Amino acid sequence: MKYLEDIGSYFLMLRRTFSGFTKGDVLRELIFKEIDDLVMSSLGIVSFIGFFVGGVITLQTALNLTDPIIPKELVAFATRQSIILEFAPTFISIIMAGKVGSFITSSIGSMRVTEQIDALEVMGINSLNYLVFPKVIALLTYPFLIAIAMFLGIFGGLIAGVYGGFVSLDEFIRGLQEDFIPFHLVYAFVKTYVFAFILATVPAWHGYYMKGGALEVGKASTKSFVWTSVLIIFANYIITQLLLS
Amino acid sequence: MIAIDNLKMQFGSEEILKGISTVFEQGKTNLIIGQSGSGKSVMLKCLIGLLKPVAGSISYHNKPTNEMNLVQQRILREEIGMLFQGGALFDSMTIEENIMFPLRMFSEQSRPKMISRVNEVLNRVNLDGVNNKFPGEISGGMQKRVSIARAIVNNPKYLFCDEPNSGLDPKTATVIDNLIQKITHENDITTIVVTHDMNSVMEIGERINFLKNGILVWKGTQEEIFKTNNQDVTDFVYSSNLFKKIRDVQNKNI
Repeated sequence: MKYLEDIGSYFLMLRRTFSGFTKGDVLRELIFKEIDDLVMSSLGIVSFIGFFVGGVITLQTALNLTDPIIPKELVAFATRQSIILEFAPTFISIIMAGKVGSFITSSIGSMRVTEQIDALEVMGINSLNYLVFPKVIALLTYPFLIAIAMFLGIFGGLIAGVYGGFVSLDEFIRGLQEDFIPFHLVYAFVKTYVFAFILATVPAWHGYYMKGGALEVGKASTKSFVWTSVLIIFANYIITQLLLS
Repeated sequence: MIAIDNLKMQFGSEEILKGISTVFEQGKTNLIIGQSGSGKSVMLKCLIGLLKPVAGSISYHNKPTNEMNLVQQRILREEIGMLFQGGALFDSMTIEENIMFPLRMFSEQSRPKMISRVNEVLNRVNLDGVNNKFPGEISGGMQKRVSIARAIVNNPKYLFCDEPNSGLDPKTATVIDNLIQKITHENDITTIVVTHDMNSVMEIGERINFLKNGILVWKGTQEEIFKTNNQDVTDFVYSSNLFKKIRDVQNKNI
């Protein structure tokens, strides 16, 4: 019963988020600030993880394909497919649920605890539109991060594969181009947009409706990470089923 | 003037406000006092629209809020200034941005005009030169004054203060109390202060409403509260040794 109530309040939150709009110039400023806080500030960690996990995928694939009849190009092919289809959109989104999601929950939760949200409401401002809408819009630029993760993941794989002596540069490039299906990129970015929406709204719900004090802000952040991850994994399954099967 | 009639509020089956009726006068500091858990803050939240009462009506200048359309409600909210217990300043904004916030939201003034108004209200609360500091960089008393500045920057008709003295030393508390009263008189606004601090009652209690267990058990003026025979009120007023001693000295003098 509690879950049904929570689902209901999540959708009511969405309705209020997309109504009673804040003044245009204020909103524009908030959106740019959120792009900086949520997307640009994640560039470093996403690049680092993308590059090294790409390298590890190549190493693991190369080390496990020991049969001489298997062409070396398969290493690059497997790296490309793993990174574009799952690693960049899904794995990075789970990491972002920890980084960005916790940030959203704790910042909105702290505002709830310190009555800043009440202050907004008393002033006649739709606090949900003011706080959540800019995050949703800012995360429309989230695919930019995922594209960087894809590029650096493949680049990391190339460095690890070629300089590790597992595959030549030519073989790696040929493997990357082999059986490339452009729709896979469409699929990856469609799910990235869905994950971005989950990343912006689920942690916001946990922060906005939390009750209690500082300790509860921490608990809400943890819960928000768990639920955001669960929903991302679940949405990943549904989208994959719908678009690829 | 704000009038409430038979105001009732409950959470689940627990009744918090049990049919309260009273009037808060314009140009006066109207106090709502009572022990913790008496329903003061819930009543304040009902008055400012953060909670929806289960029954009764709240009228601002004879206009019931439940008969107002959305536009009228929005206009009313722009006429309300609120001082929260913890200040509720936006900690990611500077003092200047905090005070300018209502102006940015509801007026079309140019930035220099807004800054000039911010400086004016900062001067009004005796806080010059803190424009570029963040709330975390100033003391609790200063935060309260900034919060008052933010509440009055839009020239509100109604000022609500929730425990304005909590966490402050007696001297700073008196400064805040006097500031609230001065602003009330100068701008002829309807001010409602929720407190359980008897010093505030002594300083600014022009009209006092005493709540106990969600019932308005007494209302009167500052002079009357020390003369009443209402047992609930006297228990509350003379619960501190200081006031007991003052009463004893007065009785001896008589």
